[in-house]
Amino acid sequence: MSHHLVSAADLRFAYPDGTEALRGVSFVIHHGESVGLVGANGAGKSTLLLHLAGALLPTSGQVRVGDWPVTASTLPQIRRSLGLVFQDADDQLFMPTVGDDVAFGPLNLGLPPAEVDRCVAAALERVGAAHLRDRPSHRLSGGEKRLAAIAAVLSSSPDILVMDEPSANLDPAARRRILSLLRSFEHTKIVASHDLDLVLDVCARTIVLHEGRVAADGPSAEILADARLLEPVRLEPPLRLQACPRCGGAAR
Amino acid sequence: MAGLESALAHLGSIEALAARATPVHRLDPRAKLLTTGAFLATVVSFGPRQVIPLLPLALYPVALGALGDVPARPVLARLALASPFVLLVAIWNPLLDRAPALAIGGLVVSGGWLSFASILLRFCLTLGAALVLVAVTGFDATCAALGRLGAPRILVEQLLLLHRYLFVLVDEAARLLRAHALRAPEARRPGLRVAGSMLGQLLLRTLARAQRIHRAMLCRGFDGVLRRRGALRLRAVDLAFTGGWCAFFALARAVDLPRLLGGLALGAGR
Ligand SMILES: Nc1ncnc2c1ncn2[C@@H]1O[C@H](COP(=O)(O)OP(=O)(O)O)[C@@H](O)[C@H]1O
Ligand SMILES: [Mg+2]
Repeated sequence: MSHHLVSAADLRFAYPDGTEALRGVSFVIHHGESVGLVGANGAGKSTLLLHLAGALLPTSGQVRVGDWPVTASTLPQIRRSLGLVFQDADDQLFMPTVGDDVAFGPLNLGLPPAEVDRCVAAALERVGAAHLRDRPSHRLSGGEKRLAAIAAVLSSSPDILVMDEPSANLDPAARRRILSLLRSFEHTKIVASHDLDLVLDVCARTIVLHEGRVAADGPSAEILADARLLEPVRLEPPLRLQACPRCGGAAR
Repeated sequence: MAGLESALAHLGSIEALAARATPVHRLDPRAKLLTTGAFLATVVSFGPRQVIPLLPLALYPVALGALGDVPARPVLARLALASPFVLLVAIWNPLLDRAPALAIGGLVVSGGWLSFASILLRFCLTLGAALVLVAVTGFDATCAALGRLGAPRILVEQLLLLHRYLFVLVDEAARLLRAHALRAPEARRPGLRVAGSMLGQLLLRTLARAQRIHRAMLCRGFDGVLRRRGALRLRAVDLAFTGGWCAFFALARAVDLPRLLGGLALGAGR
């Protein structure tokens, strides 16, 4: 089924100030795949994700989501099937209360009010944030904001879930909650992170981005265990795969 | 810096009251908005030297606040906060207009003092009523009511987003100031040159954030119309609320109630 396919072909992008953030990125992600997008700070992860959602349009090259190339005229269809959770939740929560924010997507899809209420309740329930529904978003803690932002995307029932640094700045319990949430999402998911332990847990496949190019692409278990591959791109294998400093054996 | 942060906390504290569930909170926001509008119009329509006839109108904000379980303190604190501006405007009247206008017992009051008192009273009534309205309705519901009553869509949406991002902006400013304070512990506040560059920073950061927010909105299907959940429904009690109060305002405007009551009391005592 080509419906939930995500692909990039020689994608290039430069910011208006001349920074070349993407310098020829190509990959194909099939339906149901879970892909970790890893790379050091400034490698171009966020820029790439913005292209998948059509929030930025490439300087050259092409992105395809489902059956459509991402262009200005296909954006409504793209945004119907792909949900992007931003790196900074404050960018994403702009309505007076959490409930309003979670309702924003479904309302824009034109769903009837009863259906919208159902979507909102279900999405908040799913991230374990039902109690935040009537709270103003600007008064939440960082972790609560993240949960609200994820619920705000899940409420539109995307076929493809894209998350930018979902575990950044979270306490261990919130991180675990997001981890299990990600595992429970059965459609295509793409997660940008430098939390390689999380990527190893959630994603079967890993794409390594380095200075705007794909440096490696393959099964997470192989790529993330390969210290020689990760070192030049300024990453380290997940702690879980590193030798135990006390006993010298691998942690697992 | 601490001042800025506590100002931020205070900014939201009146609004936080809107989450309560009293009968006044349950009234349709349109009814409350219209009634408050009628109230403002009535207060403003009084003559510049009228003081006593205005007094009965205080019943509206006081009753609304009492029924809505709004604590007096935060409302009064905000009135006090804004009062210097009004005082500045009103204080010229007693100086300019010294002609005696009223004698109470042996005390002669000039026209200037009368209009001074009138301006102050009107300020307290109008701002007090607006604050109580937000406290029993919430800013977003008030905006929604504005929209339903035919205010231009773009204005309503600007108000809503402005209100939401006021907090982000103040947050950002507080972060900048905190960063400055930590690295320049001696300076009580940034010097002119540093303040200038900080202001520039604030502007750039705000612009960058505005761009990211707009992107996030587009990603969730925003097409220029902010849609809201939950239909508003006018019930009989809403109509009774608006009708009743408007009748009272009209009465207070047409008849000098304090004089009438005073006359009645004197008549009964005689
Ligand atoms: N708005 C912008 N204007 C100019 N350059 C930017 C902008 N945003 C990001 N960049 C640059 O683009 C590159 C990639 O950034 P980004 O995609 O945010 O990286 P990552 O998410 O992997 O940390 C970086 O070199 C960064 O400095
Ligand atoms: Mg990033």
